[in-house]
Amino acid sequence: MVVLFGLFLLTLLVITALGIVNADNLFAAVMLMGIFSLQMAAIFFVLDAADVALTEAAVGAGVATMLLLGALALTKDKEKRRRRRRWPAIVIVTVTTLMMIYATFDMPRLGDPQAPVHQHVAPWYLSETPKVIDIPNVVTAILASFRGYDTLGEVFVIFTAGVGVMFILANGSGNGRRTMVPSADSTGLRHHLVPRVVGRLLVPFIVLFGLYVQFHGEYGPGGGFQAGALISAGLILYALVEGEKEALRAIPLSVLVGMIAFGAFLFGAVGVVGMLFGGNFLDYSVLLSNPVAGQHLGIMLVELGVGITVTGVLLTIFHTIAARRKDH
Amino acid sequence: MYYAVTIAILATMALALARALLGPTVYDRVLAVNMFGTKTVLLLSVIAFLYGRQDFLDLALAYALINFISTLAVLKFVQDYALRYREQDTGS
Amino acid sequence: MQIALDIASWTLLIAGGAFVFTGGLGALRMPDFYTRMHAASLTDSLGTILVLFGIALQAGVSLAALKLITITLFLLLTSPTAAYALANAARLSGVNPEHVVATNEQR
Repeated sequence: MVVLFGLFLLTLLVITALGIVNADNLFAAVMLMGIFSLQMAAIFFVLDAADVALTEAAVGAGVATMLLLGALALTKDKEKRRRRRRWPAIVIVTVTTLMMIYATFDMPRLGDPQAPVHQHVAPWYLSETPKVIDIPNVVTAILASFRGYDTLGEVFVIFTAGVGVMFILANGSGNGRRTMVPSADSTGLRHHLVPRVVGRLLVPFIVLFGLYVQFHGEYGPGGGFQAGALISAGLILYALVEGEKEALRAIPLSVLVGMIAFGAFLFGAVGVVGMLFGGNFLDYSVLLSNPVAGQHLGIMLVELGVGITVTGVLLTIFHTIAARRKDH
Repeated sequence: MYYAVTIAILATMALALARALLGPTVYDRVLAVNMFGTKTVLLLSVIAFLYGRQDFLDLALAYALINFISTLAVLKFVQDYALRYREQDTGS
Repeated sequence: MQIALDIASWTLLIAGGAFVFTGGLGALRMPDFYTRMHAASLTDSLGTILVLFGIALQAGVSLAALKLITITLFLLLTSPTAAYALANAARLSGVNPEHVVATNEQR
């Protein structure tokens, strides 16, 4: 029965995707992208992948929609009229889709217990995690410890994205900080009393919930990426209701840039300290005298680094896009 | 017991999607996204109970937060846009 | 006791589902933006309360019930605010109601 729910959501997803492609008005396309992200998150949830669903919701439906809108505010809101025909593109897409569908005939069915991933990969992780790391959430164990290199790469990708956006979009040559002067319409929703009151009331709770998700990542769905997205969403709410100037006064851009660098540095430092204590790079067992406690400490520090970097990057991108005015 | 509610919620999500695809003005679409988000929160809560995994309710709470913030952000950007161009805001 | 809880849950869930569906139907079929807004936002809040309380009754006294009550409170606080902000934004940018019922000339 739940499979039917998943199939229904997938059908809605296809309809949404067709709607996005067909939309001429880009605002409509961005709104449909938001719905697309929500549907993806619901599908991930139906498939029992909670961490991914949380990340998709926090990043896709929340922050990505805002960033797309910010980018949209810098351009026109109608798609450029296409001069050429679309038939070659449709043919190529159809052929590729049919090839991919044909390729899935070789793959095992969803949830098949005889599939190789359920015979070799999953049982290994499920049996090793209680022995080596001893935390209930196996996904975090795999992400932060067993596959720590991949997560290190991801943190550096996010770091690069933040730095890249700052280079490309910051106003002026080197005058980035000086020209982030608030103009008349950057006072946010200041004149609207009800959203302002409710927003100011909620910001501490959202940040608190983000911190809960950060440190609870070892026991339930959560972790650094989700927590970073949630905390930055809370601080973006503060920037929305109070205006850019107040938000930049509360958390200046230099602090955000410091956070971006510090998070990635923390992750790398944990790895190097592991080497200094005699283990391999990113081996947490040698950090403390008890290997399991060492793993706990390592995972906590690493997730903290991820959370700090993600928060810094998302807030920096938001401020950079939101503070940039089109007539510059 | 939960299946009936899930079917109702999924049907409503389809209706909200239809409104998002149809809605003549941009505010119709924002309404549709907001409604879709709230229904997603309900869907997650019900399915979390269906699966018996009650620590998935954190996700529903996170979604509720994100939905609210996203709606306010969309409204602020749409207002800025309308303010900047000083025209009737009708999408196509 | 369990039967009473089950019946209460059933009632709340079915009622909540009916309201949610009605809201969706209203959002699709109403003729004008403000009427759609009215349908969607009212039934959002009410449907949320009914459905989440229906589920919370099944959870007993536990952390899950506390989380559900937190979600309910949060949605009750933010859903009307978002609806207000949306209607305000639409009004300020000139979306007019289609059928104006009473004007000053009709007095």
